[in-house]
Amino acid sequence: MILRNKKINIIHQLLISFGVIISVSSVCFISNDLIGYKIVTLILLMTVSIIAMLFDITPVLLSAAFSALIWNFFFIPPIYTFHIENIEDLTMFFLYFLIAMIHAVLTYKIRNTEKKVRDREEKEHTIRLYNTLFNSLSHELRTPISTIIGSIDTLNENTKFLTPQQHNDLYIEIENAALRLNNQVENLLNISRLESGMLKLKDDWHDLNELIFLVIEKIKKQNNNHSIIYFNNEQLPLCKYDIVIIEQILYNILMNGIQYTPYNSIITITTFYNQPNIEIDISDNGSGIPEVNIPHVFEKFYRIEHSKSGGTGLGLSIVKGFVDAYHGKIILSNIENCGANFKIQLPLEVSFINYLKNE
Amino acid sequence: MNKSEILIIDDEPQIRKLLDVILTSNDYKVNHAENGKEGIIMAANHPPELIILDLGLPDISGHEVLKELRTWYNNSIIILSVVNNEIDIVKALDNGASDYLSKPFRNSELLARIRAAIRRNQIPIQNSILNFNELEINLTNRTVKKNNEMLKLTFTEYNLLILLAKNEGRVLTQQYILKEIWGLNSQSETQYLRVFIGTLRKKIEDNPNKPSHIITENGVGYRFN
Repeated sequence: MILRNKKINIIHQLLISFGVIISVSSVCFISNDLIGYKIVTLILLMTVSIIAMLFDITPVLLSAAFSALIWNFFFIPPIYTFHIENIEDLTMFFLYFLIAMIHAVLTYKIRNTEKKVRDREEKEHTIRLYNTLFNSLSHELRTPISTIIGSIDTLNENTKFLTPQQHNDLYIEIENAALRLNNQVENLLNISRLESGMLKLKDDWHDLNELIFLVIEKIKKQNNNHSIIYFNNEQLPLCKYDIVIIEQILYNILMNGIQYTPYNSIITITTFYNQPNIEIDISDNGSGIPEVNIPHVFEKFYRIEHSKSGGTGLGLSIVKGFVDAYHGKIILSNIENCGANFKIQLPLEVSFINYLKNE
Repeated sequence: MNKSEILIIDDEPQIRKLLDVILTSNDYKVNHAENGKEGIIMAANHPPELIILDLGLPDISGHEVLKELRTWYNNSIIILSVVNNEIDIVKALDNGASDYLSKPFRNSELLARIRAAIRRNQIPIQNSILNFNELEINLTNRTVKKNNEMLKLTFTEYNLLILLAKNEGRVLTQQYILKEIWGLNSQSETQYLRVFIGTLRKKIEDNPNKPSHIITENGVGYRFN
């Protein structure tokens, strides 16, 4: 409600309030014989109360005054004059005026207090988010750096005592740590692109089949403990998208799958054209994602409790941001007796020119 | 023992040191420059066989250095930069860079690119037959054989293949390919390019889903190996 207030300016609020009062009064005026002019006070008072809940103080005070005058002019006998004859009506008129004003002021105060509370909560939320970000970042960056420094110290100091196997293990650790750092930096850059609002999509025609195979190959180079299966979909049209963005979406979801499923799990990708959407389904045969966590996995720095370390807490929120940039949808669900399923729907421009084989 | 001379223009001492170790241990002779102006002077005094150029230099931008060098320097220039957006890559390639590699890079990749770039420096042998493993392209007869079997290529597929093959190991931007094959006005028609790359791959690649000849450089163009 508060948010809506900010969008409607005072003049509009005033016009709307007066319009409502006039309409309500007209209805009351027509049915005056039925309900009697005293009941009309209550109806008008209620109208002013509702206006007080929605709008700023100035239009509300003016509405209270306006409705009092309307009541006086059209309802208190003698009607069509501002003159009030009997003392009871006069008392009622002033009481009406007073109650409407008190109401307006009180509602205004309550709303102000509410706003303060909300502001404070928002601020606390920001601080909490900042702390999470800070902790998560320092953890995600320092862990691989520690690994690199530690491994190198070990290699430098204990050369004589290390077996060739241990040497080799340390080199692999350094490599993995560096790749992880690189991945994290990539994610941070993407998050800042999204949050700065500087994300500009450079759409061009691409073959989605080709891109999927490319991403699979890229992941295989880094990780060979999982199988990723995709069958070339000959029915798929060419689509127009920013290849870097769609690549990142696919990469992050696949890496997420690899991160949170046991070794030798299978990740399956399928694609469809389901007008007007290009659909990409990515499912795994891991243990799925606990239902309570599903609504939160796309939040920044959200990590499922007790989950394996090594993730960045950013991957899926970037996916969500990029999918949103395409006005698309991403739905996460668990497949019964199977693992997690990500369904991505992107309303991309398509072309069936790839079906024309002639020159 | 090749002892080809390579000039590194990069302002980061760590990267210069690293490249120095990688390259000298692979029998290249290495010189360094730590900014653009120094690099241009060094290249002019003693033209190397290859220049490795960073885009983010402290004095003048790498793009400027590239343009300046290209007014007289004909050997290969490889861009090695942390900048990895397609706009800068395409700009560098359009300005005459022979290849592009972004940091962080893997040694094997860098060495492969260097070998390919130096090979391209040598005056092209006017062979009428180009060989790429199982592929054989006969420029005189306009025929292509795979494992000694004749392939049926369309006119456009053949032209595309020739353009890529003649620039072996080098990234051709999609704008360049479109201009060369379809003429000046079709630069926005990338969909045709995708279609013909697709059909060409089906004919020449063992596994079109894992191409070994026509490699896609995302958002930039294609490289033929």
